[in-house]
Amino acid sequence: MAENNGFGQHHDSSTGLRLKTGLAEMLKGGVIMDVMNVEQARIAEEAGAVAVMALERVPAMIRAEGGVARMASPRLIKEIMAVCTIPVMAKARIGHFAEAQILQSLGVDFIDESEVLTPADEQHHIDKHAFTTPFVCGAKNLGEALRRISEGAAMIRTKGEPGTGDVVHAVTHMRTIVREIKALTVLREDELYAAAKNLQAPYELVRMVAKAGKLPVPNFSAGGIATPADASLMMQLGAETIFVGSGIFMKEGSTPLDIEKNAAERNEAISRARAIVLATLHYDDPKIVAEASEAVIGSMKGLAAAAIEEKNLMQTRGW
Amino acid sequence: MKPHTPAIGVLALQGAFDVHALRLAELGADATLVRKPGQLAELDALVIPGGESTTFLKHLERSGFYEALNEFVHSKPVFGTCAGCILLASEVTNPHQRSLGVLDIDVERNAYGRQNDSSILTTETSLPGGPLEMVFIRAPRITRIASGIQVLARRDDSPVLVRQGRILASTFHPELSDDPRVHQLFLDIVQSSTT
Repeated sequence: MAENNGFGQHHDSSTGLRLKTGLAEMLKGGVIMDVMNVEQARIAEEAGAVAVMALERVPAMIRAEGGVARMASPRLIKEIMAVCTIPVMAKARIGHFAEAQILQSLGVDFIDESEVLTPADEQHHIDKHAFTTPFVCGAKNLGEALRRISEGAAMIRTKGEPGTGDVVHAVTHMRTIVREIKALTVLREDELYAAAKNLQAPYELVRMVAKAGKLPVPNFSAGGIATPADASLMMQLGAETIFVGSGIFMKEGSTPLDIEKNAAERNEAISRARAIVLATLHYDDPKIVAEASEAVIGSMKGLAAAAIEEKNLMQTRGW
Repeated sequence: MKPHTPAIGVLALQGAFDVHALRLAELGADATLVRKPGQLAELDALVIPGGESTTFLKHLERSGFYEALNEFVHSKPVFGTCAGCILLASEVTNPHQRSLGVLDIDVERNAYGRQNDSSILTTETSLPGGPLEMVFIRAPRITRIASGIQVLARRDDSPVLVRQGRILASTFHPELSDDPRVHQLFLDIVQSSTT
């Protein structure tokens, strides 16, 4: 219920958690798109996105422009919520629970505690159990995923390397998470204690994953996914839904496609959005993924993740 | 001769298809995920899960899927939950969108609010076996039902589980609860209409 915020009440927070992961279930098999304005949100919904992520600047722009990246303006988030019938997500900085409180009060459907924004706390992530709004968090490996779940995350996504259009790190993170889950399933019961120590994750969650062979919450993928083929790749590697950040509305560097005044660029954005939605559904049918790829006009220029200096990586934010 | 096990499909364009397939398998049914219109021909019944109905419609508008599904739901047992219920309705509001019109009800999308207004209710229903847990997620509301449609459960004054012959629909998510009664009811409907 709306008045139940789950603060310190274990009984209530189990109901809360079921509602949170319940919404994550509804988003499976779909594409969640980053949008920076009302018109992009309309294009995303029209193309078949299952949700939109409202933000001021997509990762490619944050990367190019620098500065402190913060939660989007409540005005922008409300405008986007007003035009969409699909769920609207928004990002809070790592550890910035006050931004998360604002997002919850605005009524967003999901909060992304995101490494794309500049972290606000170098020690603590947000206590996500304290919110009724569900959270998604990024992870590079199983230990990180389980730490986020123990803090109350209702959905995990690979971090990848946002804003690059280079899928290589999303692949590494997904393969790592899947491999580490499989490794747990073959351990003896009495070996799980040491496994929990090595993963730096709570024993109960480790035991749950070892038994089920999967995360206790949906496992999505984000970070550098830019084409229909990238979406197909991530789905085949075990992703349950795809986040596309800069891949749909960006031209090159920090310049977005001009969807308001330039008809050709508007069509380009629409073609990319539609193609990724189609390829995510039929990820295991190369003929349809080929058809989707063929329908795409242009693509994000991108930035090879290997060319980014270690200190400029976003994926190393959070722990 | 072995009795015919009905082939049940779960529309897997997007949404909670996995959990539905799991619930059906737990009850001994043979459930396949349906992503292409050609698969419908081999099925005796279909579950349309929750998810985003706008995304479903986008996918259905491709390669004759909508027409094939329309034909299927007008002749075979179908169970729609949440977005599935929206798709089966006669009329959809908030906003208006296309629907199959096989279940004579009107549905208002996202009628209880956003995710923070999602809730779990446990109340008595017409199903035997005590109170039923009902998980509502950004749920729609049935705003009109034709006479003759059976109302099996209500939330306040609105029907939330309805049956019109071989069509069953709920605005909540029985696949997210451990209680198998709603899925069992659908399997009983399938059994009685295929034998």
